[in-house]
Amino acid sequence: MNKLSRSAKVFQLFNILFLGLLALSMLLPILHVLAKSLSGVQALTNSEVGLLPVDFTLLNYQYVLSNPAILRAFAVTIYITVVGTIINLVMTSSLAYPLSREEYKGRKIFLVMVLLTMIFPAPLIPLFILVKELDMMNSLWSLMIPGAISAFNFFVMRSFFQQIPKELIEASRIDGCGELRILWNIIVPLSKPVMATVGLFYAVVHWNTYMHALYFINEPRLYPLQVKLRQMLLLDQVETGNEMFSDLLSAPEGIQMATVIVAMIPIIAVYPFLQKYFVKGMMLGSIK
Amino acid sequence: MATNIERSAAISSAKTKHSRSLWSQLWKYRALYLISIPGIVYFLIFRYIPLFGSVIAFQNYNIFKGITGSPWVGFANFEKMFNYHDFSRILTNNIVLALYDIIFVFPAAIILALLLNELRIVLYKRIVQTIVYMPHFLSWVVISGIAVSVFSPETGLVNSVIAKLGFEPIYFLGDNNLIRPFLVGAGMWRDVGYSTIIYLAAMASISPDLYEAAQIDGANRFKQTLTITLPALMPTITILFLLQIGQILDFGFERVWVFLNSLNSGNGEILDTFIYRVGILDMQYSYTTAIGLFKSVVGLILLWLCNTLSKKTTGESLF
Repeated sequence: MNKLSRSAKVFQLFNILFLGLLALSMLLPILHVLAKSLSGVQALTNSEVGLLPVDFTLLNYQYVLSNPAILRAFAVTIYITVVGTIINLVMTSSLAYPLSREEYKGRKIFLVMVLLTMIFPAPLIPLFILVKELDMMNSLWSLMIPGAISAFNFFVMRSFFQQIPKELIEASRIDGCGELRILWNIIVPLSKPVMATVGLFYAVVHWNTYMHALYFINEPRLYPLQVKLRQMLLLDQVETGNEMFSDLLSAPEGIQMATVIVAMIPIIAVYPFLQKYFVKGMMLGSIK
Repeated sequence: MATNIERSAAISSAKTKHSRSLWSQLWKYRALYLISIPGIVYFLIFRYIPLFGSVIAFQNYNIFKGITGSPWVGFANFEKMFNYHDFSRILTNNIVLALYDIIFVFPAAIILALLLNELRIVLYKRIVQTIVYMPHFLSWVVISGIAVSVFSPETGLVNSVIAKLGFEPIYFLGDNNLIRPFLVGAGMWRDVGYSTIIYLAAMASISPDLYEAAQIDGANRFKQTLTITLPALMPTITILFLLQIGQILDFGFERVWVFLNSLNSGNGEILDTFIYRVGILDMQYSYTTAIGLFKSVVGLILLWLCNTLSKKTTGESLF
């Protein structure tokens, strides 16, 4: 690279600083929340907490992790994330694979059918009535089945299947494999990367599910974590049956922030894996 | 006559041959067709039935009578919508917010992508990218929790800085005049980084020869950006812009709902939150379906208009 001119150097410096500040603006709020979740009641009520915890304590987390309602919401969310993602992967791949094969006559009609749903998303109130008619209200199925296949993820998967060399499939057919055996013995093992990518995309959606739960779930015992967290952020008060936590009553913010952190941790934990894939995934999907 | 019969016989035999081969093809690959059935059924039930269920916008839908038993009322629900005294306010909110998004957030992603592209320290670039992509994966509820904590009038980070500078604390979420900038800012915070991915990928595919040639011609980086990078990005920008126009009334339910309260709903309420409040909480299904239909039709018309316009002026279009 040639030597940089003076103005280019100034720009480089400005750019480095600006982007650094931008990155900080995304990190600092999260640090602030983390600090509050680890701070004592006194420090919170006197609003002394900045970016580091004051009067370090784990009491907020002890409360969160011992509160049956929060734990229940957690369990619900873990359940819909695990079971929901499995349903997503089975449903998406079992449609994307046949529609990626040239032997499938009439696949164009179905591809258009899927594509159209990207332009015309299902309207919410009629979907709500459908869920009601199917008797899925107040059942966790309502959070897993209506979104079983996303058109975007479908196209990501399909373009991956299309890249599998045809010769491989033909060779195994000559060896006497049936279509199902080809799928199970050849395609599935080859598709681990795309399964991981799409699975992570789906899992994040399930973990963050909120609106559908507002529409389809009324029973508090079935609230997923996001709904419960929202409720806690709104109420500004906590109920404690336990003496140990009576101090926390005067500063519910610590508990609220601890719940925010706990709701965030799984996302942060899978984020490095996600990041490895989502750039590639977005490219595949945008090609279509 | 005879030749006619012969010909038609030949045609029909060719037809049966063709259809026989189609059947044998179907039979040969029956497993493929079989495993595709659940997915197709899914799309029909959960994507297309609700779409056609939108006809209840023209009914006075009664949950006990169903679509077949409910009375048809023509455009009564749409009339009710336009006559509702608050409708223009909510629609205005929705449009103003969408315009803010187009004016501020949309170009911000392009600028950020250009700036990221100029970073020469690879490790630093990767760290910045990792951080700015991340908020996209946080739920709106979590983001509202973070925002409440950072902007809280008593204990928030921002207000403690404002107080240190000697000003009055600002109750960001309790001020009707601040809710729109707040909502747009929150969306920018969450998605500006993630939106750069597609631009960065488009930039990566620009041939380096172009830049070298420009350098020999004495063009500096800024000029290169204007004459090479931006024109190369134009197709991507156009397509994303058209998509955004088509979604002009889809500002995002969760993005607004988690910040909405009685103090700021005057300027903050949008069609989607109204649909939820009136449709689900007040059970006015036909009325809110009409609003939903209105939303999609407006989006579609705008998309079509801008698409045609863009096809004529730039040659780029979605369809």
